[in-house]
Amino acid sequence: MMALAASSAFAGGYRVSLQGQKQLAMGHTGVAVVNSAEVLFFNPAGAAYLKDRFNFSAGANGLFAKTKFQNETYNWTNSTDNFGTPFEVYASYRATDWLTVGLAVYSPYGSAVEWDQDWQGSHLVNNIDLQAIYIQPTVAIKVNDRFSVGGGPIFVTGSVNFNRNLTRSLTDEQGNRSDVTVDAKGVTAWGWDAGFMFNPIDGVRLGVNYRSEITMEARDGDATFHDLPAFAQGTYQNTQFDADLPLPAELTAGISVEITDKWLVAFDYNMAFWHVYDALTISFANGTPTSVNPRNYKDAGTYRFGTQFKPNEKFAFRAGWYFDESPVQDGYFAPETPRNDSMGFTGGLTYQINPKLGIDFSFLYLHFDETNNSYNYYSEDGSLVSFGGTYKNTVFSPGLGLTYSF
Amino acid sequence: MKNKFIYLAVLAAGFAACEPEFENEVTNADYSAGDADFTTYVAVGNSLTAGYMDGTVSRIGQSYSYPSLLAQQFAVVGGGAFTQPSYEEDVNNLGGISGLPGFNTRLILDASAGAPEPIAGTSTVTLAAQAKAYNNMGVPGAKSYHLLAAGYGNAAGVALGQANPYFVRHATSASTTVLADAMSLNPTFFTNWIGSNDVLLYAIAGGTGVNQAGNQNPATYAQNDITDPGVFASAYSTIVNTLVSGGAKGVIATIPNVTSIPYFTTVPFNPLTTASLGGSATVQQLNTSLYGPMKQVLTLLGQGDRLNLLSETEGNPILITDETLTNLAPQLTAAFTSAGYPPATAAFIGSVYGQARQATATDLILLPASSLIGTAPANVPAPFNVYGVTYPLQDGSVLIPSEIAMINTATNSFNNTIKQVATAKGLALADMNAILAQLVTGLTTDDGQTYNAGYFSTARLSTALFSLDGVHPNARGYAVVANEIIKVINMHYNAKLPAINAGYYPGPTILPSN
Repeated sequence: MMALAASSAFAGGYRVSLQGQKQLAMGHTGVAVVNSAEVLFFNPAGAAYLKDRFNFSAGANGLFAKTKFQNETYNWTNSTDNFGTPFEVYASYRATDWLTVGLAVYSPYGSAVEWDQDWQGSHLVNNIDLQAIYIQPTVAIKVNDRFSVGGGPIFVTGSVNFNRNLTRSLTDEQGNRSDVTVDAKGVTAWGWDAGFMFNPIDGVRLGVNYRSEITMEARDGDATFHDLPAFAQGTYQNTQFDADLPLPAELTAGISVEITDKWLVAFDYNMAFWHVYDALTISFANGTPTSVNPRNYKDAGTYRFGTQFKPNEKFAFRAGWYFDESPVQDGYFAPETPRNDSMGFTGGLTYQINPKLGIDFSFLYLHFDETNNSYNYYSEDGSLVSFGGTYKNTVFSPGLGLTYSF
Repeated sequence: MKNKFIYLAVLAAGFAACEPEFENEVTNADYSAGDADFTTYVAVGNSLTAGYMDGTVSRIGQSYSYPSLLAQQFAVVGGGAFTQPSYEEDVNNLGGISGLPGFNTRLILDASAGAPEPIAGTSTVTLAAQAKAYNNMGVPGAKSYHLLAAGYGNAAGVALGQANPYFVRHATSASTTVLADAMSLNPTFFTNWIGSNDVLLYAIAGGTGVNQAGNQNPATYAQNDITDPGVFASAYSTIVNTLVSGGAKGVIATIPNVTSIPYFTTVPFNPLTTASLGGSATVQQLNTSLYGPMKQVLTLLGQGDRLNLLSETEGNPILITDETLTNLAPQLTAAFTSAGYPPATAAFIGSVYGQARQATATDLILLPASSLIGTAPANVPAPFNVYGVTYPLQDGSVLIPSEIAMINTATNSFNNTIKQVATAKGLALADMNAILAQLVTGLTTDDGQTYNAGYFSTARLSTALFSLDGVHPNARGYAVVANEIIKVINMHYNAKLPAINAGYYPGPTILPSN
């Protein structure tokens, strides 16, 4: 199960926009698209308009995220390659003409970045593995053919594992850099999701969806110190820690238009309320000094465009583009989520083996411009010290899914 | 089957496109030696060049010498191998020199004692002759003229004080000179940071040596004397003329002023608070029984400003000996005798207080005094048995204004010589005096950290630049030094060398106990 869990490093902050093979291929639009059970994620209200009584979609992506770092002042170069497999499972069932129930399981947040141990930015992060799986029982109510609402509670289970060196220069007596790992597993939290869909005329849908902020409250996680010099072993003792990691709220509004019965276009706008991620504060159970790491994220929007062409009953072809604004502000560019603004190019197709069963293929290529940026809020003996350079990311993610409906 | 290959090819292309690439990838080709040639880099100098820290040279300490750090950056632009005297025998990284008094193991901070002390253990560094010229020819303790002194590496001269044990370890022959060994490597580039010991050893010894200005014969100088400016200028010119004789380019460095070295600036002149003196009652007792009567007598003798009553609200100055004062021993003895003190006591007071005064802001109290103040001098009866309070600190613990003036005069003179030579020879000048002076107010590096010239404290674990001996930088400090020299090289020789970030280099060694 761990291998399947979301683990990635891209898109704004630690948000991973890979929640459906069909919709990903369309630029990850979908708040106003009724295609498959994937709509449970994008806008539960849309499930009310699914053509079939039972809809099932499942898929996963292979996520290849690479980051290169260099700093010409000091002749530093480094890179990190990370692989993750975010996944999704959706099922909906129309219980009555007006009531549809469903279950969605997906992994919208995750971040795995593993730099070389003791690399130049090791006082900020050596490696991080953050995972969150959302389980969302859903109901959709068709008010009439023009309007529906939907939503449901979200149960989140997650874990975080984070390692960094204690300072830029502290070592044990053998010269090994002193570091700390914080690890919290089985962190759970609740949130909710709700949306509505409005079809003003045939072939045009408008949708709005809101997913609430969820704060992952890690309590009594394990903080483990390694390679401490003997004199510091009194200051830094293995202990428990508390930390809150916010998974921000997200509001999406969009429109889809069936230009012909074969050709659909869609546009979504997301706003993620990242400002809640003010600082990563880790407080320890014993006297170990509290670690405050300012983040100061800003709210960030994403513009998504997608299109779908169905020439016949066997095939559907999709393409999309989006612009994803990074929530990371200048001067707060930390190598744990070294993400700047990006452009996503997506595509994919569905091959319908029979009217009930289809195979979905998708791919995503995320383009990042190289960026000169730094994290200026690392505190050393009471002074703020900057770490930065030039970063360049690329992300490539092929995905595969199954759709079954009847 | 054929289709499969096509898919694989497409997939492979996709992955290839996924490799992040910079518009301008940083490689060694981005850097350049400019007008300099770093093929063979040789460093000459003293302890500062040898990588001396925490009172010694140790195997690991040496690896952080500034020439070694420079050579790592030179290697990016064609610099060759850089060798340093072997410390392989220093297996446990203790430093020191086995069997030689005064050559202790490296200083560590003993957290249980709260003070620096030599690390426990016996030095395994020997005087075994390596008979080899190294790229790092920094010899701890060397003065300017020592680099030209034949026999400075002669083992037989160590006991006589004519040779330097550090040079004995690697001198290529008993009669060679440091400079000759350096030149045997045919340097294409050099750094020369010699001259500090020509004045600094006098300062470290609290001005107990002699200012030899006017004496042209260095053979008659003792270790803690100040070198004559003419002797210095002559030796310095010879050294640099020799270094450039093969066409080498290089950097020469000025010597730092005492005011930017924590050995001279850490202990305040007035650290004696009511609490540290033992409370209000003790202060009053000292004033009634000693400071009061003494002040009275001195005032009668017209020297009342030598000493004031102790304050209960402010820090009080340390009692010191100032050998430039008129010795009032007979007058004091007479006064205290007539006041009814036993003759022996009165005589003792006279002898101890004859040239005593309280320190002022114009005095510099040396670092070792911090562990002396408040302790008892040997064979001194109460109440005169408290250093700095009832018994004056002696000459070797304090630099008084006249000594500081001599030190400044010599330092300025030597630095003027160094600057003139740099100009005359077209060499890059690393004005280490000016650079280290910045530490007094704070030297801010590119990453935003600000370093200062303070002595180690636990609050400054990540930013202390000076080693526990209070004179020499630690590894982090040498990284700052190396980075400043890189700036000078880049500027003067149109080079582009990568910078060094001092923040990643270690500070002092702290042990829970020793």
